[in-house]
Amino acid sequence: MGLAIAHRFAKEGFDVQLAARRPEDLERARADLEVRYNVTVTLHAFDALAFHAHEAFVASLPKLPYVAVCVVGLLGDQRTNETDLEAAVGVMRANFEGPATILGVIANAFEVRRAGTIIGVSSVAGDRGRATNYVYGSAKAGFTAFLSGLRNRLAKTGVHVMTVKPGFVATRMTEGMKLPPALTATPEAAADRIFAAYEKGANVIYTKPIWRLVMGVIGSIPEGIFKKLKI
Amino acid sequence: MRLSGWGRFPVADCNVLRPRTQSDLLAALAKTTANAPAIARGLGRSYGDSALNTHATVSMTAFAHMLSFDAQRGLLVAESGVTLADVISVFLPRGWFVSVTPGTKFVTLGGAIAADVHGKNHHKDGSFGGCVEWIDVVGRDGVIRRCSRAENADLFAWTLGGMGLTGVILRAAIRLRRVESGWLRQRSIPAPNLAAAMSAFEDNAESTYSVAWIDCLASGANLGRSIVLLGEHALADELDVARRPAPFVTPARRALITPFDAPGWALNQWTVGAFNALYWLKGSRGGRETLVDWDSYFYPLDSIHQWNRIYGKRGFAQFQCVLPLAASRTGLEELLAVISASGHGSFLAVLKRMGAQDSRFSFPMEGYTLALDFPAHPKALALMERLDAITLAHGGRFYLAKDSRLSRAIFEMSDPRVADFRAMRSEHGLDQTFTSIQSERLGL
Ligand SMILES: Cc1cc2nc3c(=O)[nH]c(=O)nc-3n(C[C@H](O)[C@H](O)[C@H](O)COP(=O)(O)OP(=O)(O)OC[C@H]3O[C@@H](n4cnc5c(N)ncnc54)[C@H](O)[C@@H]3O)c2cc1C
Ligand SMILES: NC(=O)c1ccc[n+]([C@@H]2O[C@H](COP(=O)([O-])OP(=O)(O)OC[C@H]3O[C@@H](n4cnc5c(N)ncnc54)[C@H](OP(=O)(O)O)[C@@H]3O)[C@@H](O)[C@H]2O)c1
Repeated sequence: MGLAIAHRFAKEGFDVQLAARRPEDLERARADLEVRYNVTVTLHAFDALAFHAHEAFVASLPKLPYVAVCVVGLLGDQRTNETDLEAAVGVMRANFEGPATILGVIANAFEVRRAGTIIGVSSVAGDRGRATNYVYGSAKAGFTAFLSGLRNRLAKTGVHVMTVKPGFVATRMTEGMKLPPALTATPEAAADRIFAAYEKGANVIYTKPIWRLVMGVIGSIPEGIFKKLKI
Repeated sequence: MRLSGWGRFPVADCNVLRPRTQSDLLAALAKTTANAPAIARGLGRSYGDSALNTHATVSMTAFAHMLSFDAQRGLLVAESGVTLADVISVFLPRGWFVSVTPGTKFVTLGGAIAADVHGKNHHKDGSFGGCVEWIDVVGRDGVIRRCSRAENADLFAWTLGGMGLTGVILRAAIRLRRVESGWLRQRSIPAPNLAAAMSAFEDNAESTYSVAWIDCLASGANLGRSIVLLGEHALADELDVARRPAPFVTPARRALITPFDAPGWALNQWTVGAFNALYWLKGSRGGRETLVDWDSYFYPLDSIHQWNRIYGKRGFAQFQCVLPLAASRTGLEELLAVISASGHGSFLAVLKRMGAQDSRFSFPMEGYTLALDFPAHPKALALMERLDAITLAHGGRFYLAKDSRLSRAIFEMSDPRVADFRAMRSEHGLDQTFTSIQSERLGL
């Protein structure tokens, strides 16, 4: 999804900085973006969990960006997470601690400049904990709350924070899973929506509108009933 | 997974691999064995079983990165899963078009190279291979070989038209064509019979693009009744004044979807009407030139997504042969007579003059090529065997990218190059690594 978002912004003429743990793997993606859109694309080594290095990482960028998009996340396996705490902590950190700390550091830099947009990709899974993915979901819930607080804090500084809650998106994360077609977006469609919402200055969006309805229904089920459901 | 080509016939249960990175791909190839070989697949626009392998059908669609572009020479380096649609959308606004294109833009560079596809400009510019500067090809050994006319020249020559049977094409460098607009000047020549259609081709050999729609139901004196369509890329100052400031902007076409498996007669009903309307319109206007946008001109069917469903569940097969120039007239007359008498074929066929081509295993040869669709039912398949025999008797050969049913015996008789292709495959152990259902059927 991250690359689809990069394509969408590059198409509008944005230069792009791609940050990942193995930037060398992104070399062909970098070339592709440059050839297609005639923009400048740079690669940067970055680990969302290495929070001690976040400030130095942001300072090292060739240019402080105007839009920062965080797609860091890890689905993990719920059953494994129930007994393997190492795995569970990994999921919690990759979906909450990592994304929250890096966006916090970027937020401080944007605040000084008094301009910029922060886009955090969380998940519908954070809207309500469910038996099938609550370790992942609870970390996303934390991240969603973090973004909400950050938006509130920066509202008067010219820095905007947007929360993105994808439903199902057909990416590497969901490869091989059986996803209901009506509820599943392509990464490109998700990126289109994210870009449109960015232009409008939206606060919280679902990448497929139907998910607002779905999560509205799921959210309104009384806990006494909800706890007995299999969903 | 149940998989087929564009004709939806045959259908096979294939293990589909979707490598995302070069190392995924090499790992997948390293696992192939003589008992479980593999075949590469692009967008599956070949009609039959060229891109099907039950053990490992390796989808190259994730290799869709463009890697560099030299605007001086118009040279694009890209991964093999990049599509022509993609290339056009990126480069037409900068004044470049693909040098050679088949009748759909939804093909990958890998598929275009492996089938060495031809377009409406074959008589002038040859097949797709002509715009390919080099390719990177990889086999089971994981060694990536840069192949060109100078380097690994044999592998290069065999891979153009080699139908994926020489290895997986990973990347390619292709030359694009400079254009001044996204429009084409089209001229239509109504031809009352085959002789008239052929003269129209011969008289207009200088035209960049030429192709004919042929009415397969016409018989007797009208046998081969056609509309010959000629085309040239329009120069910027040939456009209406209003369009000149943005010569590459063309109206977006509305996409239609064939939402269900249509009954067999639907296509003929539709095309009969379209052809007649066009024939009389063009006839009455006396071949006036019109400006047509590139998408409607090159890809009339692409705006109807999944039009292959119009043939119904059973699927369809395409017959495409090429006849040597000297035998074209009599050969085509025999083919058309059999088709029109049977009433089975799709009503419309495509006729095209091909230029001379010197290649190891590609389809084109100097002469005429005829292509038409048949529903995949037993009567039509039997008819296609009669067409095979006529083609063979006139020294013609068959296009593998369209084939799903040719017999091994006929295929061998039609193409003396088969023996060399096989020998090359076995010498390099390629017959143990890359096979398709088609290559097994034809003993390649
Ligand atoms: C509507 C329509 C119109 C057409 N018009 C024309 C036409 O005018 N002229 C013409 O020549 N053809 C035409 N074709 C046929 C089409 O151009 C070819 O079949 C082309 O090969 C399809 O490309 P693909 O990416 O879909 O490949 P696929 O169909 O997936 O594969 C085709 C062959 O290429 C091989 N291949 C694919 N990718 C690779 C790779 N990366 N490395 C090695 N081998 C690979 C496969 O193994 C297979 O043998 C038409 C097809 C359709 C559906
Ligand atoms: N796909 C869906 O259905 C769906 C639904 C809801 C929400 N989401 C969310 O959408 C976002 C994008 O996911 P995706 O679907 O595109 O899947 P993805 O391809 O797996 O993307 C997740 C990305 O996070 C990166 N990452 C994980 N840990 C990291 C770390 N410590 N440091 C730096 N990068 C790290 C991964 O990088 P590596 O390449 O280095 O592994 C990977 O690129 C995720 O936050 C995901 O939770 C997805």
